Amino acid sequence: MTTLAPLPADPSVDGPGWTAVCPLDALAPERGAAALVTASDGEELQVAIFRLVDGTVHAVQQLDPYSGANVMSRGIVGTRRGTPTVAAPVYKQVFELATGRCLDAAGKEPRDGLAADLAAFPVVVTGGVVHVGLG
Amino acid sequence: MTTTQGSEQPPGPRPDDRRHVVVVGGGMVAQRFVEALRSRDDAGAWRVSVFAEEPRTPYDRVGLTRYFEVRDAEELTLGDPALWDDPLVELHRDCAITAIDRGARTVTDRLGRVHPYDELVLATGSSAAVPPIPGHDLPGVFVYRTIDDVAALRGWVEAKRETGRVTTRGGVVERPVRGAVVGGGLLGLEAAGALKALGAQATVIEFGSHLMGVQIDLGGGHALKRLINDKGIAVRAETATKELRPHRRTGHVGRMDFADGGRLDVDVVVLATGVRPRDELARAAGLEVGERGGTVVDLTCRTADPHVWAIGEVACIEGRCLGLVAPGNTMAEVVVDRLLGGGATFPGADTATRLKLSGVDVASFGDAHGRTSGAVEIVWADPVAGVYKKLVMADDARTLLGGVFVGDAAPYASLRPMLGAELPGDPSAFLLPEGGGAPALELPDDATVCSCNNVSAGTIRGAVDEHGCTDVAGVKACTRAGTTCGACLPLVTKLTRTELTKAGVEVSNALCEHFSLSRAQLFDAVRVADLHTFSEIIERFGTGRGCDVCKPVVASILASLGNGHILAGEQAALQDTNDHMLANMQKDGTYSVVPRMPGGEVTPEGLIVVGQVAKDFGLYTKITGGQRIDMFGARVEQLPQIWERLVAAGFESGHAYGKSLRTVKSCVGSTWCRFGVQDSVGMAVRLELRYRGLRSPHKLKLGVSGCARECAEARGKDVGVIATDKGWNVYVGGNGGQTPRHARLLAEDLDDATLLRTIDRFLMYYVRTADRLQRTAPWLDDVSGGLEGVRAVVMDDSLGIGADLDAAMAAHVDGYEDEWKAVLSDPDKLARFGSFVNAPTTPDPALAYVPERGQKRPATPDEVAGGLADPVLVSGPILEVRA
Ligand SMILES: Cc1cc2nc3c(=O)[nH]c(=O)nc-3n(C[C@H](O)[C@H](O)[C@H](O)COP(=O)(O)OP(=O)(O)OC[C@H]3O[C@@H](n4cnc5c(N)ncnc54)[C@H](O)[C@@H]3O)c2cc1C
Ligand code: SF4
Repeated sequence: MTTLAPLPADPSVDGPGWTAVCPLDALAPERGAAALVTASDGEELQVAIFRLVDGTVHAVQQLDPYSGANVMSRGIVGTRRGTPTVAAPVYKQVFELATGRCLDAAGKEPRDGLAADLAAFPVVVTGGVVHVGLG
Repeated sequence: MTTTQGSEQPPGPRPDDRRHVVVVGGGMVAQRFVEALRSRDDAGAWRVSVFAEEPRTPYDRVGLTRYFEVRDAEELTLGDPALWDDPLVELHRDCAITAIDRGARTVTDRLGRVHPYDELVLATGSSAAVPPIPGHDLPGVFVYRTIDDVAALRGWVEAKRETGRVTTRGGVVERPVRGAVVGGGLLGLEAAGALKALGAQATVIEFGSHLMGVQIDLGGGHALKRLINDKGIAVRAETATKELRPHRRTGHVGRMDFADGGRLDVDVVVLATGVRPRDELARAAGLEVGERGGTVVDLTCRTADPHVWAIGEVACIEGRCLGLVAPGNTMAEVVVDRLLGGGATFPGADTATRLKLSGVDVASFGDAHGRTSGAVEIVWADPVAGVYKKLVMADDARTLLGGVFVGDAAPYASLRPMLGAELPGDPSAFLLPEGGGAPALELPDDATVCSCNNVSAGTIRGAVDEHGCTDVAGVKACTRAGTTCGACLPLVTKLTRTELTKAGVEVSNALCEHFSLSRAQLFDAVRVADLHTFSEIIERFGTGRGCDVCKPVVASILASLGNGHILAGEQAALQDTNDHMLANMQKDGTYSVVPRMPGGEVTPEGLIVVGQVAKDFGLYTKITGGQRIDMFGARVEQLPQIWERLVAAGFESGHAYGKSLRTVKSCVGSTWCRFGVQDSVGMAVRLELRYRGLRSPHKLKLGVSGCARECAEARGKDVGVIATDKGWNVYVGGNGGQTPRHARLLAEDLDDATLLRTIDRFLMYYVRTADRLQRTAPWLDDVSGGLEGVRAVVMDDSLGIGADLDAAMAAHVDGYEDEWKAVLSDPDKLARFGSFVNAPTTPDPALAYVPERGQKRPATPDEVAGGLADPVLVSGPILEVRA
């Protein structure tokens, strides 16, 4: 696995459960990116990270429950009644970015064994670095 | 051929208890009869057998002339073909009835089989009248009534064209085929237009004082003659044809002699002097016939025999036969109603007519000749523009009695339904160009809007108010309005919209919650306001931050207006994943890669590179329907490496991912094919290189065939080009997919330069005015004026935007750059192609494949769970697939 240069540590997020993912600058506004992280139980996890125009950053699971593919970071970012959202690129379900809640299932059911909503992860940006809390 | 009933047990009474109605004749009105019976006879009380002399299912005779354009009898099929699979319907094709035995209540078919009936409906129509001119039966003399007639006519003209081609030392000389039509009525003019369409010369011979004498007055006739002459059709009025003479050598028709001593050399003659009702069966069965033929019926369409009915052109009702489909359909509905125990009667005929000759707009309705006593005529004529319009009003100068329109029939659609009603305001206002500020007409509920299917304004309003239709398509399906000749569609649309608005249904063409504009409106707004970024556009014309609906639309508009690379700056965030990755996402989140192969042409070297790349990156390969090669299973981080290799070998993006030009499919054409008359591959390559990268409301596909055999299936494309001896015919609005449509003829025999300009304008006009995700076929249905309107804009520059469209296309052509090449030379853009922001070259660990037929395919969830699949383990470009 190739990793970027080590990121500066921040005391508030320097502990178990938090992973430094990338510099904020590496994220284009309203365009997601995928990150490969390791949860505290040692399991590898894919997360989708989104930076909005106002600088807010959100993280949700990269797995699209409706197609079973790891693609959420490649959806289009927008708003529904003012709430920031991302639309799944495969079958166009719309999810609320802050909570992962599915707002529009586009008439589909999630794949067997997958939840309809996305898991959302806390994000802290300090020192220009994006940290994702995996709990 | 016989279509017999299926094995399915239909609902209703047991077969033996069902009553049996036999229909003689399988024409337009018979079709309507069966359709109406099956839709209204819920209890299944009747079964119906149709005996048709022609060897096909009932077709749209009104649209017969379209056969020259579509060259496909199937396209003329009327209504839903599933009707003939109904277990209660039997259709016997190529099975004329030869006798009726009214006493025994049976009919006998041409094979001598006897069929009993409970009720008998005669719908035998008419045959073309052949005037007793000597020589009327010479080879080369045709009538114009059936598909077989027009197919024979076409074959004859094409054969004559071949023999007219003479090779001399100076090259090939072609003598045009000389055609003449006897009869200057509606039918004769259509036939003359058809001769022109076949590339023959045409002269119309009319016995009376002017063309279309039944429908229009002398003033209109003069204006019409000028319009007809402008189409390159000659007219000889007040001329009686004395004799048709054979050519000395061939024995084919060769010359026409006129009563005034004049002569005309001809290779083909069409007789269009009228029709004769086919009342021979009824006559032989002892039923009364009218003074000028036709089976006499009362207002319930019943003959003197209570079990025999007659409908359509063969029926002599109120003392006359009616040669139009609308009253025939009404009769069909009357008889169905009667069979089901109703009390309907024939309400009288609407004889409004409109000529269906492209570029010649003629219509008349009501008392066109002003024969009502005290009638006042209001005439507006512009001889320079070739326009003549007349309204006939009652002596109160307010009540509309009729009208004649030549050269500009725009007011016809809205005025005709007002027949017998009072017009608001000054009638002359309705005749001025563009309506001249005439008050908007509120149609009375009983006004007929669609005369082909006899649908009133009230019925259309009811479809919205009571049946809950929410769009024109729904109203069409529910009422049948606008489903036959389509002339009333603008009015149906208007009524539907008005009614929806009244019902409080917002007739919204808003894109989404962020933009209240339609795509076309937004396109104009962005163009006029000269905006170049999404932020500017949404701030000015929208709200919020957009969504997966409006962002790609804005991206497409910006791309069509030439705003640089689609991944430049803020634009990148607007693209959906396909455009963003410049590849097509597949179900497992990997992408497919399609290099452009213009016209489907590829060198052996090119093929080797594609094969090697696919092999090195472990891609599944397949040939596409658009004549190129698709490579599946490429991961995000592999895309730049793959394209590095393809670009180095001279390939460029095929835009398979974009709402943009996909491919120009071609046949091999005159360079190799022994039938080809033009270089179709060369033209396809030229077109593909011209329009590559053009962003549009939906994907665009083109096709080019090297001759009329149409091996490239160009008429299934948005733009289809088919070679002719003289150049190119161009067809528009075709597509395959879920709702296949055949492209329709836009222009004929164009030279290369005119062809390019025509397609340039057509595409640009579409790009600017179509709705989001609206393909060219539905766009042509919606756009103002339909195909005719588009033809006027594209060919005659009727909106004066031709130069603007040309300039826009020129800017596109000049500004083209290969999207992939640009990405490879730009580190910022390349940076987007990492798999993970913190591990850009690590493959998605969840991808898994299994081998199949020597290639790989995504593993199913079960295969993954069962450990049968190979995950992607290697981070380099090569993925080995277990063979
Ligand atoms: C070129 C052209 C353009 C036209 N344009 C218009 C227009 O714009 N508007 C308009 O309103 N009308 C138009 N018409 C007229 C319209 O087509 C007819 O009014 C309509 O088709 C009449 O329908 P029908 O069912 O009565 O007769 P048809 O459609 O003629 O059908 C009668 C059928 O019965 C069959 N038949 C006859 N005898 C027997 C038998 N003994 N046994 C079995 N089958 C038999 C015939 O072969 C025929 O197929 C046009 C006609 C033509 C030819
Ligand atoms: S369309 Fe004509 S030129 Fe083209 S391949 Fe077919 S027969 Fe040959």
